[in-house]
Amino acid sequence: MSELISELDAVGLHTPVEPVDATHGILLYLEEVSVSFDGFKAIDKLSLYIGDGELRCIIGPNGAGKTTMMDIITGKTKPDSGRVFFGQTIDLLKLDEPAIARIGIGRKFQKPTVIEPLTVLENLELAMSGAKRLRGLLSTRLSGEERDRIGAVLERVGLSEHGGRRAGILAHGQKQWLEIGMLLMQEPRLLLVDEPVAGMTPAEMERTAELLRSLAGAHSVVVVEHDMGFVRSIADQVTVLHQGRVLAEGRLDELQVDPTVIEVYLGAGDAYH
Amino acid sequence: MRFPPWLLSDRAGLVLLAVLAILGIGVPVLNLLVPPDHPLHLTAYTVTLLGKYLCYALLAVSIDLVWGYMGILSLGHAAFFALGGYCFGMYLMRQIGTRGVYGDPVLPDFMVFLNWSKLPWYWHGFDNFGFAALMVLVVPGLLAFVFGWFAFRSRVSGVYLSIITQALTYALMLAFFRNEMGFGGNNGLTDFKDVLGFPLHADGTRIVLFVLSALALAGGYLLCRWLVSTRMGRVLVAIRDSEDRARFLGYRVERVKALVFTLSAMLAAVAGALYVPQVGIINPGEFAPLNSIEAVIWVAVGGRGTLVGAVIGAVLVNYAKTWLTGALPEVWLFALGGLFVAVTVLLPYGLIGLLRRREKAA
Repeated sequence: MSELISELDAVGLHTPVEPVDATHGILLYLEEVSVSFDGFKAIDKLSLYIGDGELRCIIGPNGAGKTTMMDIITGKTKPDSGRVFFGQTIDLLKLDEPAIARIGIGRKFQKPTVIEPLTVLENLELAMSGAKRLRGLLSTRLSGEERDRIGAVLERVGLSEHGGRRAGILAHGQKQWLEIGMLLMQEPRLLLVDEPVAGMTPAEMERTAELLRSLAGAHSVVVVEHDMGFVRSIADQVTVLHQGRVLAEGRLDELQVDPTVIEVYLGAGDAYH
Repeated sequence: MRFPPWLLSDRAGLVLLAVLAILGIGVPVLNLLVPPDHPLHLTAYTVTLLGKYLCYALLAVSIDLVWGYMGILSLGHAAFFALGGYCFGMYLMRQIGTRGVYGDPVLPDFMVFLNWSKLPWYWHGFDNFGFAALMVLVVPGLLAFVFGWFAFRSRVSGVYLSIITQALTYALMLAFFRNEMGFGGNNGLTDFKDVLGFPLHADGTRIVLFVLSALALAGGYLLCRWLVSTRMGRVLVAIRDSEDRARFLGYRVERVKALVFTLSAMLAAVAGALYVPQVGIINPGEFAPLNSIEAVIWVAVGGRGTLVGAVIGAVLVNYAKTWLTGALPEVWLFALGGLFVAVTVLLPYGLIGLLRRREKAA
């Protein structure tokens, strides 16, 4: 039987997961990464290091390359040059999107992307790591341990009472939390979160900030966000991207008085008028 | 007997299975046991017609699996239906033996007519029922897998994929029209005599073929229903609604697509293989792009993504077609087009959607 399973795995629905080695305290390395589209340099010799368990915010004006950077880390876009490593050993440029997802990098899209016709529970089940072998896929019921895992994530993202509801009828904020919950079901080491609070009420923003802060430590979390108030409420470290490269890095209060950052954000003219 | 929960919760499906069981028992009784002069007697013509509808329904179910659940609008599924039909037709051809017009023990009539001296290599083995039955699954399945593998890996999707499925069935039609292909060209394969020694024109054989069609439809329905109730079913919906989400959750979207597309093609092929002995002919016209489009309309009319809707749509639209092409033949294509427009605009969830709405309102 086990032979049959491994053969089914060879169909490629499942890829074995390699443990990530973050012994030097750095989980994600981007070094001298460049990519251009039709001559436009979306990312220009970008170097960035994300520490193990760190919560990092990335800000920058439109077109600074934030989403392209996420695309590169998650395998959607292959850079023209540079190195991208997950831990010491895993070269992300050699892997495709599903493989990168399986080694522990979860990505939340800007627009909440949950599977609307499915219930909240089914969405989480869909995301569950370990369920992606053919054998697991052809089962119709959950094991007790799987039920517990889903329950724990539901609790964590504050949707315990909504497990049986269709994802499509959730409020906007709840969809965002569900999507974060789906990432958690993947048991990722690194979470990439694109504009989690766009369109949220202040109360929802606060809960989201709490949730993301609680994830740091056990996970590294990279948040791309425009809302400065939100960034201030969560981040230890902030990176400013501009024209595809890192313009500045540090604490938000330091950055806010940094003249180069002010210039990029407000425009040279406006800043000094 | 205990029903598994995924079946028990599928009320419409249970109704469908019950109807199929009633047909599977009732039709043979009304045809074989009720005397021909009795008003309740079903003629052989009606039995064959119903059998044809059931084959179309299985084709519709196979389309609904890929379109309704996985979001792949295949406008070439009749190609797999026709290929299954050709594979089984080849077996029926070989069964004719010396009873053909030219009486050649090995070569089918059309080959003698073309002055061929020996059987082409790909016709060998088709005199064996088991081999032919296997090929009914293997040939269309292989084509679907290779086609799906390349198309999905290159991330061709949406309307572009629909167009290349049309091209696929059109190319096959042109190829099968050619005499040199060795499949009877324009005329296709016909003049069948018997299957496994049973004469095709006998009432008993027709009834067995009808019951087999009902069983195949029930089996195909159950297989699809089971599949969509597993986690795999959820993955299919995820692929349909947000392919990127599925990919970033770690699913190998293109492989899932290729596998399910292959399964669907094999179901369509079984439908074709059962269709051919009942209608007595298979020709390249079955590959016509219009056939595939018609089959998609059946699914749309019944309600996509419901499986039961596909069956209802296939039977109703074909019943309408039988009636209209008899009464007002020139109107049929307009009626079909109008139906598609009406369903798309007024009933996005088809007849099943209409029933559900009624139920909710009540």
